[in-house]
Amino acid sequence: MIRLNKVSKQFRTGVFALTDISFEVEKGEFVFLVGPTGSGKTTIFRLITREALPTVGEVIVDNWDVTKLPNNKISHLRKKIGVVFQDLKLLMDRTIFENIILPLEVSGIDSITATKIAEGIMEKVGILDHKDKFPIQLSGGELQRAAIARALTLEPDILLADEPTGNLDQATAKEIVKLLSDINEKGTTIIMATHNEEVVKALSKRVIALDKGKLVGISGKKSKTHPEHSEKKSAIISIEDKKPEEDSKQAEKKKEQDEDF
Amino acid sequence: MKTFKITWRNIRRSPYQAFAAVFVMTLTFLFISFFTFLLFGSSKAINYFESRPQVTAFFKNEVKQTDIDNLKNELNATNKVASMKFVSKQEALKIYKEQNKNDPLLLELVTADILPASLEISTIKIEDLSVINNMLKDSPLVSEVVFQKDVVSVLTSWTNALRSIGLGLIIVLSLVSIFIMVTIIGVKISHKKGDIEIMGLIGAGRWYIRWPFMFEGIFYGGVGAILGWLISAGVLWYSTPFLSEFLKGMPIFPIPPILIFGLLGIEIIIAVILGVTSSFLAVLRYLK
Repeated sequence: MIRLNKVSKQFRTGVFALTDISFEVEKGEFVFLVGPTGSGKTTIFRLITREALPTVGEVIVDNWDVTKLPNNKISHLRKKIGVVFQDLKLLMDRTIFENIILPLEVSGIDSITATKIAEGIMEKVGILDHKDKFPIQLSGGELQRAAIARALTLEPDILLADEPTGNLDQATAKEIVKLLSDINEKGTTIIMATHNEEVVKALSKRVIALDKGKLVGISGKKSKTHPEHSEKKSAIISIEDKKPEEDSKQAEKKKEQDEDF
Repeated sequence: MKTFKITWRNIRRSPYQAFAAVFVMTLTFLFISFFTFLLFGSSKAINYFESRPQVTAFFKNEVKQTDIDNLKNELNATNKVASMKFVSKQEALKIYKEQNKNDPLLLELVTADILPASLEISTIKIEDLSVINNMLKDSPLVSEVVFQKDVVSVLTSWTNALRSIGLGLIIVLSLVSIFIMVTIIGVKISHKKGDIEIMGLIGAGRWYIRWPFMFEGIFYGGVGAILGWLISAGVLWYSTPFLSEFLKGMPIFPIPPILIFGLLGIEIIIAVILGVTSSFLAVLRYLK
């Protein structure tokens, strides 16, 4: 599904962000990409989504050589890949609902269907009650859920989650990881970048370790979470319909502030 | 539909920039409208002067009617004459009396005998006036020849100059409008760079991002054209009674509605072209 073959990325400053990286991720797999800050995790995501090009090497996504993809096909590639960005990249002047429906609008899906899909996903990730709020009015965990919901609206084959638990407390982080795990259960290939050891230990998944742009180890066997999922099922419809518990005390505190706001 | 909504939201959220863009477009189209009305009026004035008797030959007192008829036949034979009107002494007196009806003293002093009979001639082409003028001057029957070639040629050269200056100004104003619109839309694109980047990352195609900015340019152009036209048409409507009185006799006013509404149609087309050009330049410059 995803293959990086002898990939190096050198920035204009001359610094190598990645050096000779090769690995594969199979369809339906859940893989952790671990390493300290600056190890090249985000750069790998940027190469997969063709936000950046490698200096050398091949990046293959679903049989497409991303490095040779013409500009007019980039949007098609990005519709196949859902991304939960490290900084979330939610549009601050739009409501949560408007943020989540955006990929559907971009894909030209009619507004009635798009609304239905967006509301369905919001319900599944537990933020439907916040649909008309703006990002500034939500807690960290809720924002993370919103970012995941947006990444899932187009039912992507691949989900890239860049430090989705980075700024969250342990309880909320567990909920987010559980949510991602549930999405993977339904066949979506997930690569999650993290440096949170607790999260990695909680799920026994394959781990690709990076340090200073170099591959320092791959542990665990390639395995799909659900072997039967050779074809991805709708992650959206089947995610367990669980209302998340309250994100954290901190979130409650923030909500109180929002109400005042 | 969604693109229009995004366009409208972009306009609403930066009202001063929108106002500046509409204002500059309004000025451009106001000038285009006034210039068009001026050109229409001056070309009508030229037509009026060209269709007026342009050569008037005054006959000597002793000339007989048969001699005048012969001269008329000679002039007709040149095939250069559009129309010819003979004004007898009696008719000349009648015209004189009409023109001076408020001055009894002038009326008392003049009789038909002292007014000469005359022949008012207009030519098909303005350049034939000289030929007719020479023929009449050479005729022993004619005492004096007056012709209006100078009036028409002065008016024609003024109109040509006006046309050149006006077209030059329209081009300059259009360029200024385009540059201002490019700057305004460019600022908006720069301001929304973050949003645009996010949209690109979640799979928005190039044109999905570009269209709202393109429509914004069209909107500014369109609103500017309509406002410019409304103001100029309003001023024209308000001043028509005064101008009609001032230019009495010239069939310029009222300006036909088909011209006024046709102008609106043309201006909207120009506005769309200007808007699309400006937006496209801004998008190319700032949305690489």
